[in-house]
Amino acid sequence: MIEYILEPFDYAFFRHGLLAALMIGASGGLIGVYVVLRGMSYIGHGLSHAAIGGAVIGIALNLNFYVGACVLGVLAALIINKITQNRKIKSDAAIGIVTTAIFALGVAIISKLRNFKQNFEAALFGNILGITEQDLVIIGLVTCITMVMMFFTYRALLFSTFDQETARIFGINTGLAQLLFSLLLTLVIIASLNVTGVTMVAATLIAPAMTARMLTDVFSRMVIYSTLIGAITGVAGLYLSYIFNVASGATIVLFSALLFGVSLLVKSLRGL
Amino acid sequence: MTSNPAIRLSDVTAGYGRNILFTGLSLEISGGRFAGIVGPTACGKTTLLRVILGVHPVIAGSIQLHDVPVSRIKPNTIGYVPQLDNSDWHFPVTVEEVITMGLYTNGRIWPWLSRKERGKIQAIADRLGILDCLQQPIGNLSGGQRQRVFLARALINNPKLLILDEPTAGVDIKTQHEILHLLNDINGEGIAIVLTTHDLNAVASHLPWVICFNRGVVAQGRPHEIFTNEILTRTYGGDIVIIRHQGHLLIANSTPLSFADDGK
Repeated sequence: MIEYILEPFDYAFFRHGLLAALMIGASGGLIGVYVVLRGMSYIGHGLSHAAIGGAVIGIALNLNFYVGACVLGVLAALIINKITQNRKIKSDAAIGIVTTAIFALGVAIISKLRNFKQNFEAALFGNILGITEQDLVIIGLVTCITMVMMFFTYRALLFSTFDQETARIFGINTGLAQLLFSLLLTLVIIASLNVTGVTMVAATLIAPAMTARMLTDVFSRMVIYSTLIGAITGVAGLYLSYIFNVASGATIVLFSALLFGVSLLVKSLRGL
Repeated sequence: MTSNPAIRLSDVTAGYGRNILFTGLSLEISGGRFAGIVGPTACGKTTLLRVILGVHPVIAGSIQLHDVPVSRIKPNTIGYVPQLDNSDWHFPVTVEEVITMGLYTNGRIWPWLSRKERGKIQAIADRLGILDCLQQPIGNLSGGQRQRVFLARALINNPKLLILDEPTAGVDIKTQHEILHLLNDINGEGIAIVLTTHDLNAVASHLPWVICFNRGVVAQGRPHEIFTNEILTRTYGGDIVIIRHQGHLLIANSTPLSFADDGK
């Protein structure tokens, strides 16, 4: 029985995948708290599309997948940040137009270049079991940067998420906090692409934070719970995907949705 | 009362794009003053507060707080209490976490509090009567308690000037009375207080100084001198009834709606 349980750990591809799922789950869960509380749940979906558009453009220019995704992803985050400073346009509209335009540019390039052979299935649907050592290094770096930056901007981000105008009056550089948050979010999304894929990356950001929100009304606890739930979801989801031989990204998302459903049910029953 | 003005606006012009809200505005509020700014909706009261706080750019003129240009003022020298209605009361944050936000001015990044800072939070919470609520989520508090939480956050750095945007809005008359008495006590410690409000009767009965504002200062002085039919008509543009009875001042609309005896 124990041999059966431990069997997947014999394979290097599984250990790589597990480490990637753990790190992406934790950093996605952490940054997802701010995504959910800022009412920007759509941004994960949008930025992942912009990153794919960027990756296509990068590959068309003979660059690395991550280079194009990073440049266009960050550019999209900066443009969205700038547009939303104009109070006439809300963030969901800005995300919609900017990220779809960059994604459309990528699609246009693919349709124009008849000899375009790159397979984007992994980036679209996730291929966690195909994680390379280079991917692991990138995911590890992004996780470390995210954890350190979120630690030192914890209070500034909390204040500006709670009340941006008052935070500014109290001397918080809310513009810088917002910019930093957008850049970190973009990095986490790009690092997640090969784990869960464009189509499901938004759920890995939002679901752990929503589950944590059901469990607590205290911000510091929500941050810890969401990070832990993200990490556990990544690891458990990947393991279940191996056992049941189902797509790993889909299993991680389904498992996190199940946890949210259970937390919602428990919360509802407690309220009765 | 200190001699240098807490707030000095000189020839200030401000607005939103082409919509100029006030032009050439000069206003001085003495150090240690407890003043209320009253005026009709969209008269520029909130913009005036934002100009004083340095978060709304002016087209012309200068603003000084305690003789220091507002652009060079240290954030922890001003305490600010926003309108209660502007906050998300479902946000998952405790009273202690909200008060702690006040300590994070001047670019401080270390997120953990020292023992001294925890003591400071406990002391201010105790003074404002919210010590028992420190670990409670803000959503569980009453309107008056929420106002005290924001006051605690504003006072945690011992500011010289406290600015409040409609602190009496959305609370019952008893809470309103308690908040204004609390502000009076705080003012007694030498902190200048400026607030905006729509409640003329609360100003008349609790504040020592009033500024009638409508895209500029219409008049300022003690409520009993300033709340005259002429000044309030100039401020609000409609007929207003002023009743003086046994030292009380009551302000009412001159044309109330009339109903039949059955209430219809």
